[in-house]
Amino acid sequence: MSAPLLEVRDLVKHYKATGFLARKTPPVRAVDGVSFTVGTGETLGLVGESGCGKSTVGRTILRLQEATAGSVCFDGKDLFALDASALRQARRRLQIIFQDPYSSLNPRMTVGDAIAEGMEIHRLAPRGEIPGRVARLLEEVGLDPAYAARYPHEFSGGQRQRIGIARALAVEPAFLVCDEPVSALDVSVQAQVLNLLADLQARRGISYLFIAHDLAVVRQIAQRVAVMYLGRIVETGPTEDILARPAHPYTQALLSAVPVPDPTTQRLRIVLPGDPPSPSNPPPGCPFHPRCAHPDKDARCSSDRPLLHTLGRGQVACHHAARTP
Amino acid sequence: MTALLEVEDLRITFATRSGTSHPVDGVSFSVARGELLALVGESGCGKSLTALALLRLIPPPGQIVPGSAIRLEGTDVLALGAAELRSIRGRRIGMIFQDPMTSLNPVFTVADQISESVRAHQRVSKSAARVRALELLQEVGIPDPVERLDNYPHQMSGGMRQRVMIAIALASEPELLIADEPTTALDVTVQAQILELLDRLRAARGMAILLITHDLGIVAGRADRVAVMYAGRLVEEATTAELFARPSHPYTKGLLASVPRITGAVTRLQPIAGTVPAPTAWPAGCRFHPRCPASLPRCADDDPPALAVGDSHRMRCWLAASGPS
Repeated sequence: MSAPLLEVRDLVKHYKATGFLARKTPPVRAVDGVSFTVGTGETLGLVGESGCGKSTVGRTILRLQEATAGSVCFDGKDLFALDASALRQARRRLQIIFQDPYSSLNPRMTVGDAIAEGMEIHRLAPRGEIPGRVARLLEEVGLDPAYAARYPHEFSGGQRQRIGIARALAVEPAFLVCDEPVSALDVSVQAQVLNLLADLQARRGISYLFIAHDLAVVRQIAQRVAVMYLGRIVETGPTEDILARPAHPYTQALLSAVPVPDPTTQRLRIVLPGDPPSPSNPPPGCPFHPRCAHPDKDARCSSDRPLLHTLGRGQVACHHAARTP
Repeated sequence: MTALLEVEDLRITFATRSGTSHPVDGVSFSVARGELLALVGESGCGKSLTALALLRLIPPPGQIVPGSAIRLEGTDVLALGAAELRSIRGRRIGMIFQDPMTSLNPVFTVADQISESVRAHQRVSKSAARVRALELLQEVGIPDPVERLDNYPHQMSGGMRQRVMIAIALASEPELLIADEPTTALDVTVQAQILELLDRLRAARGMAILLITHDLGIVAGRADRVAVMYAGRLVEEATTAELFARPSHPYTKGLLASVPRITGAVTRLQPIAGTVPAPTAWPAGCRFHPRCPASLPRCADDDPPALAVGDSHRMRCWLAASGPS
């Protein structure tokens, strides 16, 4: 097997408290040792609830925030070792789209200028060719090329997300971090954008790190999935395996909580008690143990932190996990 | 079942600089005692305005057009004076919103805010109101309710705040609870907790619920009946089992085909083409016809009335007139 396009190893991001109580306040362990790989043309879904650290993972990979520890190897280069100009070069191949296309587009720039900006910075095309390229990109994301002269406020949420995608594609990236790209969209528009992302991947062979809270959306787009809880991956593997037979009690609960638009399906509903604990004061042992309802839960769960170990085609961090065949 | 709430031909008008619009345009439905009716639709379809109209909370310059009728057990809500309106608002009809942080007062404790609601509707002492507040916190399933009484909203998680909002709404023992996207801002596992709570309260108190949501998943297996809104109108209405078994309006079918599923084979999503038009630019004829895959020549001119599809199943679509599809 060839080397993966992106390899994240033991990524850690802690936020230190500031102010005069800082020395007494423990750091927020937003990301606490996350490792994964993404191959060329592949989509990895990174799933979890608010505050689990999934967005921080995406941002630290691009060095929009500097990691506390760990390494990210992209295309054979250690991203965390690059100087500013080398990082700029690397970012041409590594782009990001955000949840909120309203706040990620400059309201005073026309759509055409916003899309052209990256091409100009990286000198990807002679000036005269840029308008033609912008028009082709707009067409590729399903928008009228004439929209290049308009401003972001003239567009709906779904159209703005398409503009954000066109802007990211302008520099011909090999890898796209998609940070909750469809969460703010209505279902009918969400389906359009998901189909567009799938088509672009098929056509251009781009890899995606698809960050989302919605397992049904991830199932639609990702070949592999990693489930995060409190800054760590608790289960990972091929999407079909994880969603058909989740092994970690948290994945099981998350899956059972997904609302299914079909009143005839009878499903086991696991309602988790309480809220996720604070990432500045995680419980000892397994971070999930205070909310876990596994029948074999024992003293080890509250003292020893379970590490990811291989189970079937995936990995799981639970002392008692078993995947039913 | 007798009708608790009847809404007849509700129209809401907004006079703006770009012209007069009717974001809610001829909506009729009823809710029986103890019934759960789900009002489903995408952003801008008028579902939240419809809910606000029931309590006469339409923000200016919006107005309810004369000729609309809202009756609570025969009482004409639109004809009430200020004092009589107060005897309905928050007393016989309670309401909870999407974002509990903005609906709670940040400078008062939870006990203060629940007690205020208790004392607004019953002549009881402050200490008796506090006891009642404690009972309500227990009823909505807040852990350590005695300590939580003196918490401020910012000390609680989103799920807890929504429980507090529900407690405030329950203080007056309403006959109808309007829940406007009550779980949209919450994580799925917390959403499952809140939905379970609403189900339990409804069963225990015999309270009717008008659930307003964009998510067909939370409707299935919960609502007694479903009404689907599009562009200011109810386009389809049926019992929940019937609607999911035989979705008939092309918009309802499109919505269901847009939702990614957690079970079954992963197939390409079938989104609805285009976007929801703005209330100032609603098309003539059937408002869905420009996006409809099944539109007939007459759809562009003739606005279809609500036609019967089956027993207690109606839709505004000419396909109903041409027999079962």
